[in-house]
Amino acid sequence: MSASARLVAIAAAGRSHRGILIAAVAGVLALFLITFPLYASGYQMTAIAALSMILGIEALSLIFLAGYGGMVSLAQTALAGLGAYTIGILTVSHSLAGDLIGFRVFGQAIGYTVHSSYPLWAAVLIALLVSTAFAFLFAVISVRSQGIYFLMITLALAMIVYNVAEENYTIFNGHGGIGGERAPAVGGVSFDPIRYPRPFYYLVLVVAALVYFGVRYVVRSPFGLALQGIRDNPRRMRALGFWVEGHRVAAFTLAGFIAGVGGVLYVWYYQIISPGFIDLTHTINILIIAVIGGMIYFEGAFLGALAFTLVTNFASSYTDRYNTVIGLTFLLIVLFSPNGLMGLPETILRLPRTLTRFRTVTLGPSIAGLGASFGLGPSSSQRDRPRETGPPAASGSSEEADRGINA
Amino acid sequence: MSTTKRIGGAQRPVWWIGRLSVLVAVVMVLSSVLGSHLTSAKQLHSATNKGGVIKIGVLTTLAGPFAVPGQDGYRGVQIAFKQVGYKVAGKTIKLIEEGTDASVGLARDKVRKLVEQDGVDFVIGPLSGDEGLYAVKPYAKLHPNVTFINGTSAAEDTTLRSPSKNFFRFTTDGVQWMAGLGNYAYQTKHYHRMALVAEDYSFPYSQVAGFMTEFCRNGGHMVQKNWVPIGTHDYSSVVTKIPSNVDAIYVALGGSDAVNFLKAYDQFGGKAPIVGGSITVDQTVLGTKGALQKRLIGVPSAGPTADNNPSPAWQAFVRYYKTIPGHLPLPGLFVTGYYYEARAAILALQKVHGDLSGGQKKFQNALAHLRFSGPTGAVYLDHNRNAVADMYLTEVVKQGNSLYNKLIKVTHNVNQTLGVPEAQFLKRGPLSRNNPSCP
Amino acid sequence: MGDAEHRRMTGLVLVVSHGPSTDDVHSFVLYTLNGLTAGALYFLVASGFTLIFGLMRVVNLAHGSLYLFGGYLGFSAWDSTGSWVLGIVVGAGAMAVVGLLTQQILLRPIQGQDLRQALVTIGLSIVAADLLLAHYGGLSYQLTAPDAINGATTLPVLSGVVNGLSSLHMPDVIYPTFKLFVFGFAAVVGILLWLMLNRTRLGIIVRAAIDDRDMVSALGINIQLVFALLFALGAALAGLAGVMQASTTSITTGDDQPYLLASLIVVIIGGMGSLGGAAIGALLVGLVEQYGLAYAPTNAEAIIFVMMVIVLALRPQGILGRPA
Repeated sequence: MSASARLVAIAAAGRSHRGILIAAVAGVLALFLITFPLYASGYQMTAIAALSMILGIEALSLIFLAGYGGMVSLAQTALAGLGAYTIGILTVSHSLAGDLIGFRVFGQAIGYTVHSSYPLWAAVLIALLVSTAFAFLFAVISVRSQGIYFLMITLALAMIVYNVAEENYTIFNGHGGIGGERAPAVGGVSFDPIRYPRPFYYLVLVVAALVYFGVRYVVRSPFGLALQGIRDNPRRMRALGFWVEGHRVAAFTLAGFIAGVGGVLYVWYYQIISPGFIDLTHTINILIIAVIGGMIYFEGAFLGALAFTLVTNFASSYTDRYNTVIGLTFLLIVLFSPNGLMGLPETILRLPRTLTRFRTVTLGPSIAGLGASFGLGPSSSQRDRPRETGPPAASGSSEEADRGINA
Repeated sequence: MSTTKRIGGAQRPVWWIGRLSVLVAVVMVLSSVLGSHLTSAKQLHSATNKGGVIKIGVLTTLAGPFAVPGQDGYRGVQIAFKQVGYKVAGKTIKLIEEGTDASVGLARDKVRKLVEQDGVDFVIGPLSGDEGLYAVKPYAKLHPNVTFINGTSAAEDTTLRSPSKNFFRFTTDGVQWMAGLGNYAYQTKHYHRMALVAEDYSFPYSQVAGFMTEFCRNGGHMVQKNWVPIGTHDYSSVVTKIPSNVDAIYVALGGSDAVNFLKAYDQFGGKAPIVGGSITVDQTVLGTKGALQKRLIGVPSAGPTADNNPSPAWQAFVRYYKTIPGHLPLPGLFVTGYYYEARAAILALQKVHGDLSGGQKKFQNALAHLRFSGPTGAVYLDHNRNAVADMYLTEVVKQGNSLYNKLIKVTHNVNQTLGVPEAQFLKRGPLSRNNPSCP
Repeated sequence: MGDAEHRRMTGLVLVVSHGPSTDDVHSFVLYTLNGLTAGALYFLVASGFTLIFGLMRVVNLAHGSLYLFGGYLGFSAWDSTGSWVLGIVVGAGAMAVVGLLTQQILLRPIQGQDLRQALVTIGLSIVAADLLLAHYGGLSYQLTAPDAINGATTLPVLSGVVNGLSSLHMPDVIYPTFKLFVFGFAAVVGILLWLMLNRTRLGIIVRAAIDDRDMVSALGINIQLVFALLFALGAALAGLAGVMQASTTSITTGDDQPYLLASLIVVIIGGMGSLGGAAIGALLVGLVEQYGLAYAPTNAEAIIFVMMVIVLALRPQGILGRPA
């Protein structure tokens, strides 16, 4: 629905029974999360809950871009990885067994040790800056592409980062990566996830909550509304005087910042960053998490991450084929409940129709918009979708087709 | 009930459906977490309630390129415990197997799961060098009261530099595996100028270092080093690059990389003979059918096993191995390595009568001082808790339709520094593409 | 910088300042041939991908799985019968069937929803990769082509050209026959595809449908049948490429990912839906890959990706692609 109608509905809901119900449920959930350490083991706090939240932050950056910006990006993992590598490079004294011009002693290049002693807060700021800066760069490169091209160019950019991390020994230390990133110790409290799970859990919980509410705020802000408008109908927005590319680049940059946040927490959890953490499999995993959770719901990021973590954790006790389990779950969701687990109630309500023809499951507003943007012009998306009112766009245009007139 | 509203001719779900979903999501979250909490509580409870069960976590690779060796490694553990009927010092043994894909992140997750979720008493594993060095060793340092026994991970620095006091490696590292080969190549085969092809990461660095330690000391020249990315498919240009005036090529590639290289080498009619790293000539490569076989015949290599080792212990092991379902044609270093580690655990447990109390200090002490013999000879640990064992120099030989590694020579009691004084050995510095070097 | 790299740099400097030596030229010719033959395999893999996308706007991210599965099946056929030709036929044919079934059962009902179709193919690829690992394990599989096309061929032409144009005396170039065969095979396949698209009735229908699907359907042509046929053809090409690659080098678990990425890169560079573009892209990728492995082995892969990004930034539709 249009953003303004949505705002009105939300405002109205505050006074209705449903609003109270939602608030109550949210309250229960918040209480549960805050008191979780009281009845959970250290392992569950970190390996399940905290890790899910960290992956959820990454998925959130993807959902924000995809659901509200109309851009499905596969570069989030790489951007998070760049932030993680920055933390490693700046805070860990490590040996680079590399080939460095000038480091030749008696005809042999020897490895050298990087003594890194940046204060953690500075390293974190720089790491976030690095993620954001690279996101800006990626955005500038890819903003002119749309739909599937955008997906593929972001995938290619992610693979470049992976390959450079894998092959380069002077900065990234190649295949082995950089290990030993210690979580901070602030004011006598150590956040090391294995030794002190409770502080780490709360750290991640607070950060995740900040990111979640932050993103929700952004999409309701004028910028966020403009972004959704651009997602739905860039030509009209352009006609209204909005700078379409600028908004997209800004959104991508913000998503990169979020990914960087996730990356910092990620490297503190694993205490190592190496190319294996940002390869194609991990890149696709974030997409899987977003889809399983529900691509148009921010909560879906965390729900999907939790589901994913639980399956990979526990399915391996029962079967070696847990990847098949994940793949099948993903397939079933895409085919039958495209809005993921969050959209499950909606799917169930529509079950009778869905079982016979799953084509008729309409996706949420933003997914439909995504579909249009994947059409690369009116020739495909317009044809195979039920004709909507309004004149067809001129062919050969590079903008998305007009998609229904609301006025 | 209408779940959609018509706006402008298209269907849109009403917003509150999403929020209703939150309710469902909350219910699912709560139930799943509480459910897992309950199951893990049960496991932890049963862990503390020893009664008579010892839980051992086995970490191996079951996905990715090392899936086949990983399965074989698990077989090694099974063989060891089957020999004692899964009972040691009056207690029943329960094995919990976890598989990785040789990546560090998954290894981290799984070892945590084994120790913290499944509550195992100690861990046997991992298989690959990176997992041992970057995942298990740092984790072991955080849990001094849990014992970690290696699988077959063979990175040098896992025990050579800043080892963890509760990490025990009864197998040898990649450098040790090459004992005897450099000398053999130079002195017996008269290869004085060589080039090498190896994958660009830590394990091949250690293999190359092990070979070059002896080769360079003899006066040999490694004139060209070709470090290729793991998973390279097309070795045409690498093969083309190798100078024609080398006496032999040292190839430290594994699995499909070895097969692809040999295929390209064969296609281009390469003339120079090959000297192989330990996994270049293991069963997964030797088993490849086709024209490649002739390329492999005569390739010398070295490692912890020799296929036709006449010792009675090895022959008995081979016979036993062939009774296990799903076995490979011959046992290789993975099943043998895991067997040794599991055997060490058994012997140490017997020595302390199954007493794992007191932070497992008695158990760890027993492990550190263990000396025993197995299918490939005697083994004991050095001060870094790394194995000192026999190494086997081999050559590939054809018998009937298949290839195997024939024993040429045994080098006894090879330690981590290959006989070089430790201070001098450490001075060489961390291994890299250029270290060591003798052009 | 290591000694080897120093020598290479020195060599390059010498080449630039003094002119190339015979050895350098000989190596360069070999690397070029390597690149062309590598490109031939990439063309085989990517051609199916680009056809499917060009017509149906389906980004088949399970293309790598088809490649791998076809290769495995082709190997099994060769292994049990000893016939290499049968391996090729089985690899391609089985994948045609698999592709057809996939398209009819899973993709056709959600036609037009491009993102959703892409996601479905991702899910399929995950399941396929795991099941293939379960069944075939982690071993490498390779076929041996018949002796007639194995061995080495002497190519006096090349040395003749080089020696004629310069003052060098380069020896005759000797090159593996099978690789030359692969190049020829890929060229033949490319020509056949081109003929199919441009000289047959089916081809006209396909090209028209790319431009205006509804119109074609309105003319009474069964567009769904065309889609099905083309998807089967694309899948068959993937399987064919798998068997050819297994004969040239080998296939093993996990190969679906790099070859999917390679197809994506080739098609992005060359232009989606364009067969000629796929050929150009494949040759470029093959050449860059082999030159990279020869002259800068530790950066080879990154260079390919950078090339792709440059193309996308400057000409988003690819070299021979049509503007959206």
